[in-house]
Amino acid sequence: MLKIQDLHVYYGGIHALKGISIEVPKGKVVTLIGCNGAGKSSTLRAIAGLIKNKKGTITYNGSDLSKLGPVEVVKSGIVMSPEGRRIFPHLTVLENLRLGAYSRSDAPQIGKDIDWIFELFPKLRERKDQKGGTLSGGEQQMLALGRALMSAADVVMMDEPSLGLAPMLVKEVFDIIAAIHQQGKTVLLVEQNAFAALKIAHYAYVLEVGAIVLQGTGAELIADVRVREAYLGG
Amino acid sequence: MTWAMFVQHTLNGLTLGSLYALIAIGYTMVYGILRLINFAHSEIFMLGAYFVFWGITLFYLPWALAIVGAVIVTASVGILVDRVAYRPLRDAPRISALISAIGVSFFLQNVTIVVFGALPRQVHRPAWLEDPILMGDVRVLPLTLFVPALSLLLMLGLVWIVYKTKPGLGMRAISKDIETSYIMGVPVNRIISLTFGIGSALAAASGIMWALRYPQLQPVMGSIPGFKAFIAAVFGGIGSIPGAVIGGVMLGVIEIMAVAFFPDLAGYRDAFAFVLLIVILLLKPTGLMGEKLEDKV
Repeated sequence: MLKIQDLHVYYGGIHALKGISIEVPKGKVVTLIGCNGAGKSSTLRAIAGLIKNKKGTITYNGSDLSKLGPVEVVKSGIVMSPEGRRIFPHLTVLENLRLGAYSRSDAPQIGKDIDWIFELFPKLRERKDQKGGTLSGGEQQMLALGRALMSAADVVMMDEPSLGLAPMLVKEVFDIIAAIHQQGKTVLLVEQNAFAALKIAHYAYVLEVGAIVLQGTGAELIADVRVREAYLGG
Repeated sequence: MTWAMFVQHTLNGLTLGSLYALIAIGYTMVYGILRLINFAHSEIFMLGAYFVFWGITLFYLPWALAIVGAVIVTASVGILVDRVAYRPLRDAPRISALISAIGVSFFLQNVTIVVFGALPRQVHRPAWLEDPILMGDVRVLPLTLFVPALSLLLMLGLVWIVYKTKPGLGMRAISKDIETSYIMGVPVNRIISLTFGIGSALAAASGIMWALRYPQLQPVMGSIPGFKAFIAAVFGGIGSIPGAVIGGVMLGVIEIMAVAFFPDLAGYRDAFAFVLLIVILLLKPTGLMGEKLEDKV
């Protein structure tokens, strides 16, 4: 269980997160929805250890993560797939996947996990020696998620995985997220595509200007009038 | 010019060029990762040479041990420079680290003057390096064959590290996107230290061979080779390791050949590199192997 309590984040003089509390139970899909600038990405970046100027507690299975740097966070079992995919365009598909396993030293298991990623995303196997930058947008998103999975982390945080993809591919990405959950991973998903996210989420939080304004199960929020008006187009 | 002389000049050019290339690799690796021109690099080159002769004259070490020891100590100095002068400025504007680099350069030069004195010192080469090798009409010093060969070995070792090992993969990732490397669990600071260590070790190797080739030590001996190696790195495309090698070797050969073909211009020898820099900046600012400057979509 990943538990965030009263998290505050500051950028210079800006108070970006104003005390949010979130729980991500093991094996569940939890989503954060909200507009641009609501603080969704800041939440993920704070958990990942990328933001130093923060207050509050972040615990994972009882141990405190709030003082850890990004490398230690990955080692403790939480990985983030960043917004905009951020694959390494000059490295091959295989090298990108190996990089995802950088914090591990169990070589035989890394080899098996690469095979597992190739089974999950057969397209990546076809392109394994191609440079990441030559892949299509959808394939790059598969690579970004595959790379994150290679860390062997149990909790996968995804920042806007469907952003900038054609509608056909958006559906595919959500199928992939469901598949990752099927593999036993815990998912913390940040999305602007609120409807699709709520449909696969066990639990969801709505963020507005750095605070949680609403929470409930995915189905509850889809039915909620306020959510329908603000995020689902009536 | 006779055929034998041409071969001799080519070999001399390759020797000088490989020494430039070894220094240029350090500039280009650090730039590739931190976008920083490490101006202290020419002093690292100088320290490598001083440490060897310190080891020999002060501790009576045998040559082999003195050389290995000097390379290790110089690499440590390179890592220390990063820790003390650059790491605290990682999030500062790039110009701050650049100014810090210039400061470190002056500091190391002056410390060397205080410790070793400002007067040039003669280097006594081992006897087997003094006898010229004869190949038909071609007469060359053993170093003229030895330097390019050893440089090639060192460069192959570097290629192996960068393209075949896990830290090398980390280096290539960091050079493109530091933050994502962090997120993926790459220990960025450790890899940066390794980069400084490797670059400094290569500069030390170059400095030691330089001092054997031109047997004199002085605290400012790094300045001109350092500048030229920097030009070689820009010429080859800064950030690119193959570019640094090609740029360094070409600069060495051009410099030797220009003097050989136009002896009247020998006095302008050090100016050729700078002319080359101006030409390359006008015609192809990203260098021979440099990345295209693309707008991010």
